[in-house]
Amino acid sequence: MKKSSLAIVALAFAFSTESIARDQIKIVGSSTVYPFATVVAERFGKTSGFKTPVIESTGSGGGLKLFCKGLGTEHPDITNASRRIKSKEVKKCSENGVTDITEIKVGFDGIAMANAKSGPMLELSLKDIYLALAKDVPADPEGNTVKPNPYKMWNEVNPALPAAPIVVIGPPPTSGTRDAFNELAIERGCKKFPGRKALKKKDKKLYKSQCRSVREDGPYVEAGENDNLIIEKLVADPGALGVFGYSFLDQNRDKVKAAKVDGVFPEFEAISSGKYPVSRSLFFYIKNAHASVIPGIKEYVREFTSSKAIGSDGYLVSKGLIPLGESERAQFEKDGKTLAKFDAKVLK
Amino acid sequence: MNNLKKIEYSLKKRKRQESRFKIYGLLGITSAVTFLCIILSSIFMEGKKAFLSTYIKLEVYFDPDIIYTDNDQKEEDIKFANFQKIIKNSLNSFFPEISDKGELRKLSNFISSSEEENLMRLVLENKQLIGQKVTLWLLASSKIDVINKNPDMELIAEEDRLISNLELNWLNEIRSANNIESNFNKNFFVKADSTEPEQAGIWGSLVGSFFTLFVTLILSFPIAVAAGVFLEELAPKNKFTDFIEVNINNLAAVPSIIFGLLGLAIFLNVMHLPRSAPIVGGMVLALMTLPTIIIATRASLKAVPPSIREAAIGLGATKFQTVTHHVLPLSLPGILTGTIIGMSQALGESAPLLMIGMVAFIVDVPGSFLDSSTVLPVQIYLWKSTAARGFVELTAAGVMVLLSFLILMNGLAVYIRQKFEKKW
Repeated sequence: MKKSSLAIVALAFAFSTESIARDQIKIVGSSTVYPFATVVAERFGKTSGFKTPVIESTGSGGGLKLFCKGLGTEHPDITNASRRIKSKEVKKCSENGVTDITEIKVGFDGIAMANAKSGPMLELSLKDIYLALAKDVPADPEGNTVKPNPYKMWNEVNPALPAAPIVVIGPPPTSGTRDAFNELAIERGCKKFPGRKALKKKDKKLYKSQCRSVREDGPYVEAGENDNLIIEKLVADPGALGVFGYSFLDQNRDKVKAAKVDGVFPEFEAISSGKYPVSRSLFFYIKNAHASVIPGIKEYVREFTSSKAIGSDGYLVSKGLIPLGESERAQFEKDGKTLAKFDAKVLK
Repeated sequence: MNNLKKIEYSLKKRKRQESRFKIYGLLGITSAVTFLCIILSSIFMEGKKAFLSTYIKLEVYFDPDIIYTDNDQKEEDIKFANFQKIIKNSLNSFFPEISDKGELRKLSNFISSSEEENLMRLVLENKQLIGQKVTLWLLASSKIDVINKNPDMELIAEEDRLISNLELNWLNEIRSANNIESNFNKNFFVKADSTEPEQAGIWGSLVGSFFTLFVTLILSFPIAVAAGVFLEELAPKNKFTDFIEVNINNLAAVPSIIFGLLGLAIFLNVMHLPRSAPIVGGMVLALMTLPTIIIATRASLKAVPPSIREAAIGLGATKFQTVTHHVLPLSLPGILTGTIIGMSQALGESAPLLMIGMVAFIVDVPGSFLDSSTVLPVQIYLWKSTAARGFVELTAAGVMVLLSFLILMNGLAVYIRQKFEKKW
């Protein structure tokens, strides 16, 4: 027994000098893209003859952090993201030698705000969401000055809402869903105040920190990267409102119901047409230097971008993905085939 | 008189106190047992359903026009043939009245997508089937399986149910023709993770757990026993060994996620071992298990009476001979018990594995220490966080498998202790 243990330790040290060749794609990233990527990976593994890719659900931020750590087989080949890569992350990537990446947009996802079936029916506006959840809210009607968020009840935010305490269960800051929620719901609600909008021109940094920050004094509860957990908490507490992706809403219609945002329900049509205000795009990023080393990357990308998968009739659509327009999908299919290099200039 | 009264009074009071104390203890035990029963029975009630899956009897026509797209009839054609269409047509011949395309697609969702591959294999093995009609039992999709196992779900309103009224009518028609039955769920014991509940299994993570625990055992057992023997039998008692002893006791109480962070920093970032591999998981868990085994080793060495050592030394044995010939064999049952308990702790651990990438979607059953794999508790966690309804039962069944392994290991520990331990 001692001999074999020595052998294993020796083995481990032998590996330490160089990394091991790998014939299996490794994917990390967003928990929102995870249920779609796993379906693609499984089909790919069954039909292509390559090994089935390994997928970890780390959140968009966590995934990009791992992705940008460097080149080499110990680093992931693809990262899923429920938001676009940030210029900060592009910089981090290129500092570590990851300069050549390809961006693929796979579809859209609406961020739903929903509560338990037994809870009240809610109609929110972006302004309500901002006032209920932002860290700082306007102290005057114009929004020229701010004060820490004092609101504890929904009817303090908007008299038309029920007199119930504000409890919102949502994802943590590492989640792409949270980034998108801050940007699409809170910031847009913030912009409804002329004073805040004017601040954007004067001091962009201050504006961002004030208009994108979620309160930390209790009413917003962080629930981790597990959307199912949020749904279970909603069922247990009919007074709470949850924040999660449309696909989870779609799979759990027997347990939760969505709130209208700006008068629109998060439904398939409304999200793909852009009528529903809180919707975002889903992406994945490919490390192009790995495509020639790890077998199957190009084929996996081809499977993911095919109309069979993400076309308007594709198998991911029946899993809750909201598809791109056909011409846009065809463009990304082409990008995937040629591994078109992502140009960071398109980011502001 | 007064004193006697006082004593009588205080005696009553003390007796009351004692009976209260007894009741508290009894209450504590009953509530613990009740909770345990509730948890176990709810897991069992949910989990037992996962051991059966639903099969639908169909007359499958292996249409040569679908299988061979051209005239040269190559084997390659069979591999890429549209078996989904064959299943769809077979279903359609059972329900000839359906002609709407959308309805047909819904109908073909009754059968698990894994059957396409199975039919393909069947035809590849026996090409005579092409052109024939064969009656086969095909695996139903998870949606149908869930409804079939939970008849009370048919009663809930249509918009809250997994399947529509139309699909339910079809299901009832299949039922009235006696073309549906429940059978043993083989997939659960031979497959790994899947996005489709009816195709998901525990085997992949079981193999992963085995590889991981094997590495853990092989690393931690010899090191821990050697460390324990050295500290207890050979090391001089001084400030330095005291310091080490305190630290080992502290390490046993360190939260397991810390070991995961250590594994990430050293095994992955410095030694560049592969992510998600059982060898790394085993090394991390070995670090976690080491203090447990060291403490158990020292305790059971301490339990060997000094007379044994003195007798051996008195007969001229060296310290080494005393330890290896007498003390260690006598304390081995205790050491093994501690090791097994440490291993079952490691079996149930998932937090440190998150850091080294073993919490992942893995479809292929691992074949070696370097293949990507998960372990049992991680698989349960992953199923729990999946949206599809069919995973609820799988989660409970996974818990049952994990619990039975834990009971088995702890039972082994109890057996070894009962059978081999010497009372002095």
